[in-house]
This record gives sequence, structure tokens and C-alpha cells, in this order.
Amino acid sequence: MSDTHAESIAFVRESSLPPAAPPEKVGGPFKWVKDNLFPTWANAILTIVALYFLYLLLSGSLPWLLNGVWNASSLSECREILDGATGACFSVISERWHQLLFGFKYPSDQYWRPTLALVLLFLAVAPVLFIDLPRKLLIFTGIYPFLAFWLIWGGPIWGPVFALLGVIVGYMVYARLVHNSFAKALAGGIVAAAIVWYVGGIIGDALRPARPLLEAVPSRDLGGFMLNMMLGITCVSLSLPIGIALALGRQSHLPIVKGICVVFIEFVRGVPLITLLFVANVMLAYFFPPGSGVDLFIRVVIMITMFSSAYIAEVIRGGLAALPKGQYEAADSLGLDYPQAMRLIILPQALKISIPGIVNIAVGLFKDTTLVSVISLFDIIGMIRGPILASTDWNGVYWELFLFASVLFFIVCYGISQYSQWLERRLATDHR
Amino acid sequence: MNVADYQEEVKMKKTVIFGALTVAGLAAGAAGAATLDDVKARGKLNCGVTTGLAGFAAPNANGEWEGFDVAVCRAVAAAVLGDKNAVEFVPTTGKTRFTALASGEIDFLARNTTWTFSRDTDLKFDFIGINYYDGQGFMVPKALGVSSAKDLDGATVCIQTGTTTELNLADFFRKNGIEYEPVPVETNAEGQQQYLAGACDTYTTDASGLAATRATFENPDEHVLLPEIISKEPLGPLVRHGDNDWGDITRWVLNALIAAEELGITSANIEEMAGNTNNPEVARLMGTEGTLGEMIGLDAEWAKRAIMAEGNYGEIFAKNIGEETPIGLARGLNAQWTDGGLLYAPPFR
Repeated sequence: MSDTHAESIAFVRESSLPPAAPPEKVGGPFKWVKDNLFPTWANAILTIVALYFLYLLLSGSLPWLLNGVWNASSLSECREILDGATGACFSVISERWHQLLFGFKYPSDQYWRPTLALVLLFLAVAPVLFIDLPRKLLIFTGIYPFLAFWLIWGGPIWGPVFALLGVIVGYMVYARLVHNSFAKALAGGIVAAAIVWYVGGIIGDALRPARPLLEAVPSRDLGGFMLNMMLGITCVSLSLPIGIALALGRQSHLPIVKGICVVFIEFVRGVPLITLLFVANVMLAYFFPPGSGVDLFIRVVIMITMFSSAYIAEVIRGGLAALPKGQYEAADSLGLDYPQAMRLIILPQALKISIPGIVNIAVGLFKDTTLVSVISLFDIIGMIRGPILASTDWNGVYWELFLFASVLFFIVCYGISQYSQWLERRLATDHR
Repeated sequence: MNVADYQEEVKMKKTVIFGALTVAGLAAGAAGAATLDDVKARGKLNCGVTTGLAGFAAPNANGEWEGFDVAVCRAVAAAVLGDKNAVEFVPTTGKTRFTALASGEIDFLARNTTWTFSRDTDLKFDFIGINYYDGQGFMVPKALGVSSAKDLDGATVCIQTGTTTELNLADFFRKNGIEYEPVPVETNAEGQQQYLAGACDTYTTDASGLAATRATFENPDEHVLLPEIISKEPLGPLVRHGDNDWGDITRWVLNALIAAEELGITSANIEEMAGNTNNPEVARLMGTEGTLGEMIGLDAEWAKRAIMAEGNYGEIFAKNIGEETPIGLARGLNAQWTDGGLLYAPPFR
């Protein structure tokens, strides 16, 4: 363009002027403050009141937080160091952090085992959580439960190995039969796995080494935040498939299946979790002969899983009900049988709708795991309320300990909720 | 099938049905059959303790249990199994302690439990003695200027709900014709916070608990315990009803600890006392004379091991809750009868 005017016009600007900053009055921080904090008289008053409360809150808590003592050996020593000044006594956390995280009986030279299990957990759940990762990683996810069990509980390696073997054989049988009929394949897979487990149990007993590679830790020695994490993760991951099965069962046309599912869901939802935990701890002890009782941890896992699967079933039922009938009819018109239709068309959509509800239940359940402190399991709250507050050194330290626990819970729960929001955006295929 | 056989079978069927109906009762009965044999076969004593009560039972920073109740467990284990560390401590809450004992999950419950009529009879337990005489007291801030619980007319009182202390409190105020306003709290920790925050004028619970609570305050001197003790709270270990042999063993282990203090046997001088004494009761207790051990199915040195485990009663008291500790309890009622207390072990003969 400039060529046309090259002779007739002396100067032609070839690039635009750099944008100038807007005048002070209509832009920049001044405008932001005016628009957002003091747009009207009423809002201005509210802003000032809010600032005043913020000041009260911070002036009360900041000296306490910043002036904290981290290296005393008892509460009285803390008070000596502070000498009347305001300040937290965080030394209880620096002295007892291992008990808060792992419980007071987990052997301290073995802390690397649950820590490693936690690190591997992120590897194992990554392909489940992030659908863009290569699918091959799912193999590790499959191995992980057995590996984590072995890492945390220790003992002979044969138990987890044969358990894994049973699952693999069961899956192979299932994969071979699934072309004929889903139900037959499922039954065949379960039977095959059971046979392997039974035989494996016998062989495992015979191979029991005198001194296992990893020292065995009984489950009553587990505790602290580790116990909350274990209960939360195990129960959520177990209750998801059970919840799906219950939700589908409740919609079934078979009266017995439907009846069982309805009764189970309504019964469990009608009973508080704490009652189920008491049943697990107190009542079941009567039904087993003394000394041969099933592990308390497993009893608690069963009860919490029952509880959360009933709730998840109802959430998924909501997702199923939200699907237009046309989706079911479309599956039928393609000639898909029931398992195929569910697996390929109905559930992917229904589960997507249910994500917020499922996450809601998962977060609630994770926090509910602190209820086990009532039945004398030493989860993080049990550790705080029991051994730590009862020790003569730390009796009287409340805020610091519960603050620590709430920070841990906040990190996990906030992480879960951020993930679910990301997942919803990622899965959003409709254009609203 | 003759009549006798038939009756036998009917009886058996009935047993099965009743068994199914009362699994609880049967399991408890079966567990109570021969606790001593079970413990010996297991090689460990399953001892129920609290989930944590300062001075009485709590795991330390290394995860080892210590405390006044814990010491009794260790003494029993030392007497029965010869090893004071052969104890599996089963933490119980106030809500789970009795079922844990009744179901056979634990052999012995040492968890500052008040000996009451209904617990002894209706709940089918046997209290084997009293290791701590407690009673309900009041704590007030010094600034309140109150010197007797009878001056507390119209006071707000922090009280743990669902405990015997709640009932004792109502009784005490009614008996003295004065008014109060309860501030219900759930746990001792909550009570402590409410009291310090000024939500109530006075906090009431067992005197030992008050002393322990006061010890944790920033300025303990600003608070006083009122002289009135308004209830009897005899705390003692207990076992299942029905296994008297096991009850005898545990009862006499506790008595041995108390008697040892009276006789001047400590964990420091026990070897000397055992080897060289002219007091026949000491000799019988140490197993150098008589056959006391045999009578309860143990060996001759059972009491010696029990005393060596954590010391005699006085040593245990001093180490865990005595005046030298932060809890700082005086012996009071828990002194030997010779010192004006209530501890009175029956004779060893």
C-alpha cells in the first residue's frame, strides 16, 4: 500500500501507536477498587465492616501462628519459651508428627513402606483419572492394590501374589467367554479365580518363609492419617462398582434382584454410619469365636463400603434416570444386548452426569473415616484425642493439633474437588 | 431311638436354638471357661485400657503404653507369663469397654472403671478390687472467691453428659437445696476449653481428672479444687463373671502390689527381701515359704515377678500420678490403712 503514496505523501505510518494507559480515573487499581469495593454507599460500608473483621481475625491469629514454638519437648516448656507472649505450640507436631501420620505402633524404621505406597498410588490412579494417558499404564493400576497391601502389611509375598494370579486367571476366563454371554463369563471368571485362590492358599502356606522380606505389621498397628487415607481410598474404590451394580439392580425387571437391591439400599441409608461401625466393632465380636475374629480393619472397611455404596447407588440411579429414554431405545435398535448397551451407551453417559454427586459422596466419606476414632481405632483424630492429649507432656494442646488435621484433610478434599471440576470440563461434550 | 436318646437330642436341638439366639451369652461363657489356659497358650495377656487418659494409660512418644492402669496389666502379665511386656494393650472407649470384655476380646479390663452394683451383677463382671479411690469434685477459678461447693448457688456448671457425674451433681444440689445451671459438654477436653473460656463458673468431674486437667493450665495457681467430694468412685480392674480361677489370680496380683507396699517390699530391695527375711508373710509372698502360688495355679515366684514388673503400689502411684508428676495427686484415700487411707490387702496366708 505504501508504494502508491510513496511520491505524493511524505510520511505514512506503517504500524499502529502503542496503546496508552487509560487515565487514572477510569482504569487501573483505582477504578478496580472503586468498582468492586466502593460502588455505592451501602457497599462501601459493608467493605469497611468486612475489612474491620478481617483485621480482627488476622490480628488475633497471625501473632499466634507466626510466634509458634517448634522445638520444645512439652507444653510447659513451650510456655516457658513464650513467657507469657501469644504463640502456638507447634512443637507437639514436630515431636509427634510420625504418630499423627502413621499411628503410634507402626514400626518407625518401616515408615518408607506406606510412604512409597502413597507415591505409587499417584502413579496407579493417574491413568484412571486422566483419560489422555496411555492405556498401558492401567496394568500397573491393576497390580497396585496387591503391591500396596504387601507394602503396608508386609509378611510373606505369596498371599498378594496368588491373589493377583487369581484375578488374572479369572479375567482370562472372562475374556474368553464374554463373546458368548456376559453372565456366564462373569460366573466362570469368579469360579476360576476362587479355585486359584484356594490352591494358592495351600501353596502359600507351604512356602511360608521363616523370615519374610518385609516385616509383617498387624492391622491394629495401623493408625494416624494413613488409616484415614487407606479407609477412604479402599472404601471409595470398592463402593463405586458395588454402587453401579446396586443402581442397575434397582432398575432391573427381575423382582428378586430388584427387591434385594431396594431393601439393601433403603436399609443402609436409614442407618447412621456410626451405628454400622459399632456393629462392626462390638456386635461382630460376639458372632466370631474368641480369638478368631476377623480383623477389625476389614470389618470397618466392609461396613463403610456398604454405607457408601448405597449412597453412590442412589447418585448413579439419578444419572440413569436423567438419560432420555431414546438412548435406551437407540441401544436396543442397534441390536446390543443388556451388558453391551449398559457398557457402551448408558453407563458412560449416566456416570458423567453423576460425577458431582459421586465426588460429593467421596469427599464426605473421606471425612467420615474420622468416625472410627469412636470405636477405638487410632486414626488421626483418635491419635489426637487419645494418646497425644493424654500424654502428660502435651495435655492441653488442642488448636495446633486439630489445625494440623484440618490442613491435611483440606489438602486432600480440595484436591478431589478441583479434579472433579477439571473432569467435568474435560467431559463436557454438549454445547450449552 | 429310645426315650433317653430322644430327650437327649431334643435337649441338644434346644441348645442349638438357644445357642443361636443367645450367641452373645454363649460366646461369653465359652470365653470365660479357662482364661488362664487361653492366656498361657496365646503367650500374651489381652488387656483393655483407655484410648488415653493422662497418668492412667497412654502410649508415649515411642508407642509404649505407660500409666497407672497399664502397670496393673503388666504386673498380671509378669505373674502369669513371666514377662511384663507380654501384654497386648487393647484400647477401648467408654462405649466399647464392656462388650470387649464380655465377648472375650480382652482377658482383663483395667480402665478406671467405677465399681457399681449393676456392673458387677447385671453386666456379669467381677471387679477384682479397687486400685484407685476417686470421687467427684469441683474446680473453680480463685477469682470467684468460693471456698465450698455449698456456696455455688446459682452457678453455671460444666458437666459431661451421660456420665454418673451428671446424676451425682443433680443429687448434690438437690440435697443442699441450691440451684445450678448445667452447661453440657461431651468430653473432658471440651469441658476444659469451656471452663477456661468462662462458659461456666465451675467444672465438675472425678477429682483425679480435675487435678490432671488443672495441671495442664497455663496458670494452675489461679484455680482451686473445692474440698467437697460429692460421690464415691471406686475405680478397679475387672474380669468376666464365671471364671473364678482367673478372677482369683488377678485379684491377688493386685493385693500383692498393695501388700508389698505395706510390707516395705520395693522393686529395688526385692531380691534382698526375698533372700533374707524373718517376716513369714514376706517369705510367703516371695514364695520362699508355703505354697501360695500353687493354690492359684502359678509357680512360687508369681508375686515377686508382679512386684518387680513396675514396683509396688506406692511406686506405681508415685511414678505415674503422684505428687512428683505433672498430675500431682496426693495419696489421700489411696494411702495404706496404716497411714489413714483405705488400702487394706487381706493377709497372705
